Amino acid sequence: MSTYSASKAVAIPQSVEEGAALAGRPLSFPTALLASGTGVFASAAWVLFGLSCQLWTDLSDWPRTHALSIAAFIIAGGILGATVSGKLLGRFGAGLQARAPWLLALGLFLSLWEVATAKFAWLPLPFFPPPQAIIEVYTDDLPKLLDSVVASVKLQLGGYAIGAAVGFLTGVSIGWSRSVGYWVHPVLRFIGPLPATAWLPFAFFTFPSSWSASTFLIALATGFPVTVLTWSGVASVNNAYYDVARTLGAKPSFLVLKVAIPAALPHVFVGLFMGLGSSFAVLVVAEMIGVKAGLGWYLQWAQGWAAYSNMYAALIVMSLLCSGAITLLFKTRDRLLVWQKGVVKW
Amino acid sequence: MVAHAFAEPITFPAVGAALEVEHISHAFDIDGSVLPVLDDVNFSVKPGEFIALLGPSGCGKSTLLRLVAGLEPPRSGSLREDGEAISGPFPSRVVVFQDPTLFPWRTVWNNVALGLEAQGILKGQRQRVDDAIELVGLSQFRNAYPHQLSGGMAQRVALARALVNDPKILILDEPLGKLDSLTRITMQGELVALWQRKGFTTLMVTHDVEEALFLANRVIVLSDRPARIKADIAVDRPYPRHRGDPALAELRRHILGLLGLDATW
Repeated sequence: MSTYSASKAVAIPQSVEEGAALAGRPLSFPTALLASGTGVFASAAWVLFGLSCQLWTDLSDWPRTHALSIAAFIIAGGILGATVSGKLLGRFGAGLQARAPWLLALGLFLSLWEVATAKFAWLPLPFFPPPQAIIEVYTDDLPKLLDSVVASVKLQLGGYAIGAAVGFLTGVSIGWSRSVGYWVHPVLRFIGPLPATAWLPFAFFTFPSSWSASTFLIALATGFPVTVLTWSGVASVNNAYYDVARTLGAKPSFLVLKVAIPAALPHVFVGLFMGLGSSFAVLVVAEMIGVKAGLGWYLQWAQGWAAYSNMYAALIVMSLLCSGAITLLFKTRDRLLVWQKGVVKW
Repeated sequence: MVAHAFAEPITFPAVGAALEVEHISHAFDIDGSVLPVLDDVNFSVKPGEFIALLGPSGCGKSTLLRLVAGLEPPRSGSLREDGEAISGPFPSRVVVFQDPTLFPWRTVWNNVALGLEAQGILKGQRQRVDDAIELVGLSQFRNAYPHQLSGGMAQRVALARALVNDPKILILDEPLGKLDSLTRITMQGELVALWQRKGFTTLMVTHDVEEALFLANRVIVLSDRPARIKADIAVDRPYPRHRGDPALAELRRHILGLLGLDATW
């Protein structure tokens, strides 16, 4: 703990210079040296984490404690090295410097977590496992975890693709054709707002397998927001665009494919984003209740065996997957809607 | 830029079409009541003429243009292009609206290519798109998106998008109405130059008397809604015209009088 308070005591007077570095102002030589302070402290925080693993004996038997502390020291060394040679590393160095405050916070958080669980059990065991227990899951239970990831991704991808495709086509048809709208709109109003999970009992005895039932539910959860937003996107296209295209000789197919759909695309992406969120919820519930594979099932299984570290390990993987999927969607959107830059923000 | 075209000798390729507007009446249904907007409008346009339609705001000028473009059928009367009845939109009659209405998801080049693409003849005719962009002086902006353009540039792109189709009748619905006055004066000159070079028939709605007189062969003055033709005035002055021309000033006074605005003279 002495290291911790010492580093903190030095940190305070330097915060002004750090602020200057963040603001990107040119710095004189001694100030520049001080500006890399955050990196040094981040490194110190990871040393602290390594030490916190070693200083006290574990309250229980966790085989990965020593390895974890070594890893922490290696990371600390890496941060320090990168900070000192920051200019030489180019973009990587700059990126690291920008993230130094986060690395610092992470190191402190891990130290606190380590001490609060493995060393003094301020948080009750086994409900709050220490970091080394979770690392242990990743090393020892990897095959099962990977199988679960693959199962979840497959189920999610299939259901999402079907839901997005059907939702998009339905949305375009109701937005475009008044007679399709007349028939589909009331059905959509009646069924759409129902949470997809409410269909669970129905789906599981209607469909031949729990797999197809879950695919249906995920597609349903994705399809509703995609349909509604595609529809509103197509319906809100400025009529002047159609007038322009018609006077230039456009046929109806051109009006749909080259006017209505591109104009509606920003709305479609909002729908895809919302659909992704609600389909994650359905995926996990479906896996917890019916499907005998996937991360939701893994969570349920871990909880049944009181394997809380497995649960946390699965939760971390799940959150990485979900945020990865959303990042991917946003990247796709930015690519396709490059013309929107500076027009719309959401 | 196009401005140098002023100096070129005037050529009349006469690609323009004749237009017959025969006893057109039109009305809108608004909440069950019928609102008449055009009342027996009757005039004919010779190939290559530049007609300005002047009238008080909301009198039905723009509706008349929509009917000529074929975007709507008239309630009664008929429209003919070179003797053939107009029954729907056709790329020989292209409209430039008050708003540029460029497609924001398309670059300048792709916006201008819209007509050829819609007609399925873009392949092998890409040069026409380049030429049209060149014509309005925006070659450097061919890959820009509409939100990166100024109002005047956007309206030039809209003009290029119309001209790339080699229209026989160019329909202009207050195309310069939203531009600042300097850009407007520049573009009036460009418009005259383009019209003289290409020889298309032009039908332009405006509420600016000076603009009408600077550009048009004939100014048709319309009454309040429902629009009726109040006067059909030939502007028999050579091009390029000068804004200070006393003959134009005299016509301007006359027209303002017809519109009931002579007190401001």
